[in-house]
Amino acid sequence: MFLAASIAILVTMVLALARALIGPTVYDRILAVNMFGTKTVLLFSVVAFLYGRPDFLDLALAYALINFIGVLAVLQFFENRQQHEANQEASSNVDKPKAGDV
Amino acid sequence: MAMLLDALSWLMLVSGGVFVLIGGIGVLRLPDLYTRMHAGSLTDTLGTLLILGGIMLQAGLTLATVKLLAIAVFLLLTGPTATYALANAALLAGLLPKNAELPEDVAP
Repeated sequence: MFLAASIAILVTMVLALARALIGPTVYDRILAVNMFGTKTVLLFSVVAFLYGRPDFLDLALAYALINFIGVLAVLQFFENRQQHEANQEASSNVDKPKAGDV
Repeated sequence: MAMLLDALSWLMLVSGGVFVLIGGIGVLRLPDLYTRMHAGSLTDTLGTLLILGGIMLQAGLTLATVKLLAIAVFLLLTGPTATYALANAALLAGLLPKNAELPEDVAP
């Protein structure tokens, strides 16, 4: 049964990777990568019991912590970049008429 | 009693796998970002809870169960938070749901 669950999780990871590759917007890709990370945590937990090595659970716990922080950091990065681009556009629009006036 | 626990844990593992698979198919095939997010968050909460619960029943009262409980609590706290942050960022970036239009009185 551990094998069946791990195969289902592996297939889901492949599907999430496909969405990450074809995703039209960057948010689709972030969603797919977030899901891939969550499924990795699940896979670690299932494989730990499939092979009888409960040490793997520590890896799963660490991966869960890193995955969440990583997704939030990438989201913040894109938000900042968008704001920066908007600011630059606004400032260049303001600057142009002034340069023309002078 | 042991057989009952075994059967229950197998049932939880298999149904968790089915839910995870359904979520994966939904993420690949649904039409726009917000519906895909809906499918993805299904696997984040229900699939995770069922699979980790099934493993917990197999592990019994050991240190492994405590670790699994920590993983489950952490995933249940962070999964919806990440989904909310993603939806918020996408909406602020101006990504509208498919076939949706902004109301007249809302500035774009």
